[in-house]
Amino acid sequence: MKNRMWINVVMAILVAGLFFTVSCAKKTVYSDGTTIEDRSGSGGQSGVNGSAGGGSDSEAAIQQSKIMAAKKRFGNQDVHFEYDSAVLSPMAKMVIKEKAAWLKDNGSVSVSVEGHCDDRGTTEYNLALGERRANAAKSYLVNLGIAASRLTAITYGEEKPIDSGKTESAYRKNRRVHFAIN
Amino acid sequence: MNTQCSLCPMLKKDILSTLYCFFGVACILFYATPVSAKDYDYINISNPFLEKTPVAVTDFKAFNGHTVEIKDGKTAKQILKDALNFIGYLKTMNPVAFLSNPSESGIQLGQINFRDWTGIGAELLITGGIIETQGKVKLKLRLFDTFNTKLLVGKVYSGPRSQIRKMIHLFCSEISYKLTGKWGIFNSKIAFVSTVKGNKEIFTCDFDGQNINQITSHKTISLSPSWSYDRKWLAYVSYARGNPKIFIKNLKEKRGAIANYKGMNISPDWMPGQYKLAATLSFSGDQEIYLLTIKGEIIKRITKSWGIDVSPKFSPDGKKIAFTSKRTGSPQIFTKDIESGRVQRLTFNGANNTSPAWSPDGKKIAYVGIEKNDIDIFIMNIGSGKTVQLTMNNGDNEDPSWSPDGSMLAFTSTREGGIPRVFVMNASGSDQRRLLRLSGKQAQPDWSISKDTDN
Repeated sequence: MKNRMWINVVMAILVAGLFFTVSCAKKTVYSDGTTIEDRSGSGGQSGVNGSAGGGSDSEAAIQQSKIMAAKKRFGNQDVHFEYDSAVLSPMAKMVIKEKAAWLKDNGSVSVSVEGHCDDRGTTEYNLALGERRANAAKSYLVNLGIAASRLTAITYGEEKPIDSGKTESAYRKNRRVHFAIN
Repeated sequence: MNTQCSLCPMLKKDILSTLYCFFGVACILFYATPVSAKDYDYINISNPFLEKTPVAVTDFKAFNGHTVEIKDGKTAKQILKDALNFIGYLKTMNPVAFLSNPSESGIQLGQINFRDWTGIGAELLITGGIIETQGKVKLKLRLFDTFNTKLLVGKVYSGPRSQIRKMIHLFCSEISYKLTGKWGIFNSKIAFVSTVKGNKEIFTCDFDGQNINQITSHKTISLSPSWSYDRKWLAYVSYARGNPKIFIKNLKEKRGAIANYKGMNISPDWMPGQYKLAATLSFSGDQEIYLLTIKGEIIKRITKSWGIDVSPKFSPDGKKIAFTSKRTGSPQIFTKDIESGRVQRLTFNGANNTSPAWSPDGKKIAYVGIEKNDIDIFIMNIGSGKTVQLTMNNGDNEDPSWSPDGSMLAFTSTREGGIPRVFVMNASGSDQRRLLRLSGKQAQPDWSISKDTDN
């Protein structure tokens, strides 16, 4: 639950960020209006031109920020697992479908699919479990049409916790597959 | 009465075979007649209800009496007391109670008044003498049975001052052999993982946590060190080249090999008496245990079962492995006969049992059991199936590794502030204490055989 909340918070920040960039872009348009007139009059001059966004450029900026946001979301949103399990939950499958869509849009990107565990269980067992989680996520992506050659499964077992707490919510955060863009 | 001989009968035992050449030690046996250890099997170290035998360690007699000699004598005595207190079956007595002082009245058999010692409850007495000339040290060390007024061990060691610790530990091995029939742990080492600037590296140290030595500097994650039977090689897992691979390293000659198959290459364990390893590889798409050569080549596949198969540990005769498998739904400990392929499930209690370690006598398996969120170390008697819990309500406890004589276990515990550290305990579970005073986090101890040649 806590994790869900966390995701919501991140989303809220991202969306807010999007608005912020949009408003920035508008400002640019406003202040640059005169510059454009100057240019048309004098045949253009000075470094001001370089920074001049122009109407079409601001749309590109919005587009760019959308792309960045999607990329960030791809890297930030992990898939989670039950204790001692490498089975993909319906929620996990939904998240991976979203990853697949993004990977289709970004055909040149290759990804490390990292399997992680909470620290209950021994180091070696968790390396094995982490690998099974990574492989489960990778296989699902391959079934969704992503080329296996773009995906590298790697296990980190319990070596890279994102929350070193001893609570259920910490354990849950750590039982994950993380998608890292290479 | 002292008979000098350069070849003592113990030479047959490999623990001492190379030692005498190493130091150029003149070994003087007080009794020329060889006595088999069985005649003096005073202490059964596998008895869990063992009471510690009180031993009096007296001041060392400084034969020349100069300052350095006296100081080194004190150092030697302290090393001796620390070593004897480290093991589970002796306790050194408080010298306040001592009625006589052999460092003045004499350290030899005829000069000891045994009533002074039996009277205060000392069942064993150790006297020492030191002769030091120009940085060269000669130690004369004797162990007496006070009630039987008998000399049990008498040894003379010589070498440079820097080797006093080594000489004392060799004498401790003699004591151990005389009292238990086993050479003990005094010339053993422990490999372990420790963090250095956030990275996990492989380290080694002596049995008592001294002489810490960093083996790897991969600056990434390195795990699961395992000693070869002769302590010349160390295998471990590292992310130094991408995915986890097994590095097989000759410690002295700086050479080795890497087991590098697709997927992960983890949990190496050396076969006793041979340059072969068992390890888990996942290139087939399933995690299975394989037998590998020292170059990392596959000799044969040992497990054939869908699901996690991990953490192989050889039986002391090298014929079987114990391992963790999820084949029945939850992680449990199994054994498999490598030749016949016969599989036996060992653990039935609890939903999560992992990390087996076979005792040196082959009769017991130490393992980690997880019950709810409690991670603890257990020992199972293979014959009877009876289990004993060794750790309880004291942090997470993992990675059990037997001392070479089976009298102790090293393990990882988070009992001090939640930070993983290497601990030791007697095989009965008593005297649990921290082994290393190192900053950072330590884990995965692997205890070597007792051997005296490589340092």
